[in-house]
Amino acid sequence: MAKVKISKKSTRIDMTAMCDVAFLLLSFFIMTATAKQPEPKPVDTPASTVIDKLPEEGVATITIGDKQVFFTIPRDARKGTLERISTEYKIPFTEEEYKAFTSMEGFGVPLNQLKGLLALEPAKRNEGNLQKGIPYDSVNNQLGNWVKFARQAQKQLQEDRIQAGELEPEKLKDLDIAIKGDAKEDYPTVKRVIDILQEQKKNRFFLVTGLRDENF
Amino acid sequence: MAELNTGDGGGKKGGKVRSKKSNPGVDLTAMVDLAFLLITFFMLTTTLSKPQSMPLAMPDKNKEDTDKDVTKIPEERLLTILVGKDNKILWYRGKFEAPVEAPTEAKFGKDGIRKDLIKQIAIGKAIAKRDTGKDDEGLIVNIKVSDKASYKNLIDILDEMAITHPQLYAIGDITPGEIDLLKKTGLY
Repeated sequence: MAKVKISKKSTRIDMTAMCDVAFLLLSFFIMTATAKQPEPKPVDTPASTVIDKLPEEGVATITIGDKQVFFTIPRDARKGTLERISTEYKIPFTEEEYKAFTSMEGFGVPLNQLKGLLALEPAKRNEGNLQKGIPYDSVNNQLGNWVKFARQAQKQLQEDRIQAGELEPEKLKDLDIAIKGDAKEDYPTVKRVIDILQEQKKNRFFLVTGLRDENF
Repeated sequence: MAELNTGDGGGKKGGKVRSKKSNPGVDLTAMVDLAFLLITFFMLTTTLSKPQSMPLAMPDKNKEDTDKDVTKIPEERLLTILVGKDNKILWYRGKFEAPVEAPTEAKFGKDGIRKDLIKQIAIGKAIAKRDTGKDDEGLIVNIKVSDKASYKNLIDILDEMAITHPQLYAIGDITPGEIDLLKKTGLY
């Protein structure tokens, strides 16, 4: 019997390089990360071939899903919007509530429930069926007012910046509105939201879509 | 590879003190595991790309403005697209009462409405050239979405516009007559 000598090689791999790469990637992702904000209404947007990007700032988003409407105001304009809502509907808000509203991303409650929502922990706000959407029927058109006041607040904000010399007067721009609708949403709901925008002469807006190629 | 060899090469053979050679290379497996786990987490939670969007300009609804400047549209070049239920389309060219091209049913996608659109855009261009002699004019599309359609249908048809580029397109309100037409063809 011939003895076959099996040379024993170490099964260990040198991990140093791999470790380096892993940590390099890790640092990259941590630095570029902007954590996904939890949305009160996650929707599945339809896909399109148009590859225009949404503007980085100054965009308010109207999310539509299951006949419910949610609204996200750009962070800087949030306080001004709520101040205007407060005078319009004669609801006083405390300083804490203003703070909570500024840090809250999107919301979808009727005004009489807004105080209750602001009093909740941020993590609890997006739970289950807590938020039922902003009323947008013609009798109680709160969505229209939210949009109107958000536009006013954004305008005020930009005018203040022009006064301070931080912004050139030519760059004064109306608040952009993006509509983020669920693919399965019925057209009448979307139509109603578009009509609300058009009632206040907002004829240009964005539709948030996913991406696909032309061979569909 | 990168393990440090701190041993002195075993030069002194006759030395009595034999220190145990310990390998200073650290086992990095667990560290790499952790690193990749974190990478995965950050990759999944990052929104690297901004969402895509489709700009949409609606025709002005204000009555005072529309009365002032009305653009006359030659009806021969006006294509109306009606979107009904179950992702189905009905389109016709010309006036509703007397269409130049009779209402035709179509589906979404590259084998459906897109083929028709490309054909109709070519016809529209030819008509525009014949009538006005201008190259930059052509087919005008009026999109009318019925209440039975979904939001996806709206995006799909707007997407077709972005792909085929008619001269002009707009979203209009559907008329009762057109709803009847959709009902008759079973698309409402």
